[in-house]
Amino acid sequence: MRNTFFKVLDDMARIYDDIYLLTGDLGFRLFDDFRAKHPERFFDVGLAEANMIGIAAGLSLSGKNVYCYSIIPFLTMRAYEQIRIDIAYQNLNVKLVGVGGGFTYGLEGFTHFGFEDLALMRALPNMTVVVPADPKEAEQLARISYEYPSPLYIRLGRTGEPSIHSESPNFEIGKGMILSEGKDIAIFAIGNMVYQAKQVMDSLEKEGLTVTLVNMHSLKPLDIDLIKECASIHRAIFAIEEHCIVGGLGSSVAEVLSENSYKGIFKRIGIPVRLENFIGNADYLRKRYGLSVENISESILRAMREEDTLWAGKLNI
Amino acid sequence: MEHYYLLSKKIRRSILDIIYRTKSPHIGSSFSSVEILVSLYFKALTVSPENPFNPNRHRFILSKGHACPAFYAVLAERGFLSEEDLKGFAVNGGVLEQHPSRDVNKGIEVSTGSLGHGLSIGVGMALAGKRDKKNYRVYALLSDGELDEGSVWEAAMFGSHHGLDNLVAIVDYNKIQALGYTKDIINLEPLSQRWSAFGWAVKEIDGHDFGQIFKALALIPFSTGKPNIIIAHTVKGKGVSFMEDKVLWHYRAPDEEEYQDAQKELS
Repeated sequence: MRNTFFKVLDDMARIYDDIYLLTGDLGFRLFDDFRAKHPERFFDVGLAEANMIGIAAGLSLSGKNVYCYSIIPFLTMRAYEQIRIDIAYQNLNVKLVGVGGGFTYGLEGFTHFGFEDLALMRALPNMTVVVPADPKEAEQLARISYEYPSPLYIRLGRTGEPSIHSESPNFEIGKGMILSEGKDIAIFAIGNMVYQAKQVMDSLEKEGLTVTLVNMHSLKPLDIDLIKECASIHRAIFAIEEHCIVGGLGSSVAEVLSENSYKGIFKRIGIPVRLENFIGNADYLRKRYGLSVENISESILRAMREEDTLWAGKLNI
Repeated sequence: MEHYYLLSKKIRRSILDIIYRTKSPHIGSSFSSVEILVSLYFKALTVSPENPFNPNRHRFILSKGHACPAFYAVLAERGFLSEEDLKGFAVNGGVLEQHPSRDVNKGIEVSTGSLGHGLSIGVGMALAGKRDKKNYRVYALLSDGELDEGSVWEAAMFGSHHGLDNLVAIVDYNKIQALGYTKDIINLEPLSQRWSAFGWAVKEIDGHDFGQIFKALALIPFSTGKPNIIIAHTVKGKGVSFMEDKVLWHYRAPDEEEYQDAQKELS
């Protein structure tokens, strides 16, 4: 996904000479083309994220269109205060491109995991938060990003993400993308969990449950109307993200549902806020943390069964 | 030269007024920066309230954002801010806060207030200036306490690595930070050598002596290919005898008696 994103950026940089790319000494081989073709607009700022953000702000204030790159925790947390003031408060059109959502960096361990970034970025004024679900979406997003007038946080996968779309999708910031329609359950998924959710949907259908699957690639602004619409149709709603269950997609959806008096079943599916001693690659960790297709399907079915007995007779949906 | 000293007194009277009226903090920090700001806005900077967005203008960043009473007073004197604007300082429904918010129309290039950000932003602006082959300079005024922030040194390393000789940092070295003397909290000495070691061209001056300030500003760039830093030795609370070199006046706003005494000294 990130290769696709930066390939498009490279193409655009050939046309638009105000595009600048900054990295905090990460992205091995990722920027080879950009560096070779536009060396005067590429900066490895070294391991200095706070400075990177300040420089991005200074460049932006001088008319440049800036992209900043690093691994998610370093980008979003090391320099969170700089992002808050220099970029968000001043409402600058800087693009923050973070790689490694969730467990992507697997065996590198906790220091490299992106568990809290969506929560942090969502809480900032003027910050738009988008999470492309596959390389085709990443490609589209790269194109849209150039003219985006205000701060933009983009959470990318790394490599080898399966495709959701066969053709170019209609990526609209602020709108959820309905991938499938059903009657019983609505699933909101984000990023790499969209592909996971598709398979969960197939497995739920075998149990006789039909699913509306929504790709919420735009976490902020959130498609509140779509959530409300789904709430009025489905008796159960689930949110799936490879991010902690505090402050990300699940929390966003929960906020809308509770403020609109949703009476159905709702559960957040994501990473618990708890340290575990699991060591392994991303797929292994997903399983251990309950985010495999089987785990998720089970969680959903359990929720349906428990709640059904609890609420039997009380639901009029 | 006399003209500049008289102007500085006027600026101090104005700072005293807005701080006393609103019981705002940071009078000591504001007073120590006066001559530096006067030198920039009445001699060195090519800025104009008639053309605030001039792409070739010099940029100034008040990285020590808490000294904004001095900044606002100078901007008002220069014509960027009106008397109305100053009346709207630190009041409900007003227009100016106790740290500057970016408003290029008012001559405020960057929002500051959290220390340690300004130099990095200055680096970005200086970088753009080099890339665009422009002649403008970027000046950033930092406090001494601010040099405790690691991000300042990140910017320092980048600045010298990339040869940004269009970047000018000025340290208002009044030797006092919020809770005490810098030498007791985080000793900055040897400050000059630290900046030299980071690859900057350094000049040390008396930050209240216009002759020395003008001379230093005129020598920029001090060394081609190196960013510039002026370490201005100053006195916290300079201009009012009972405020000079006292930790107390970092936060404290004068009461009525102190206000009257101070105004008398500054007239």
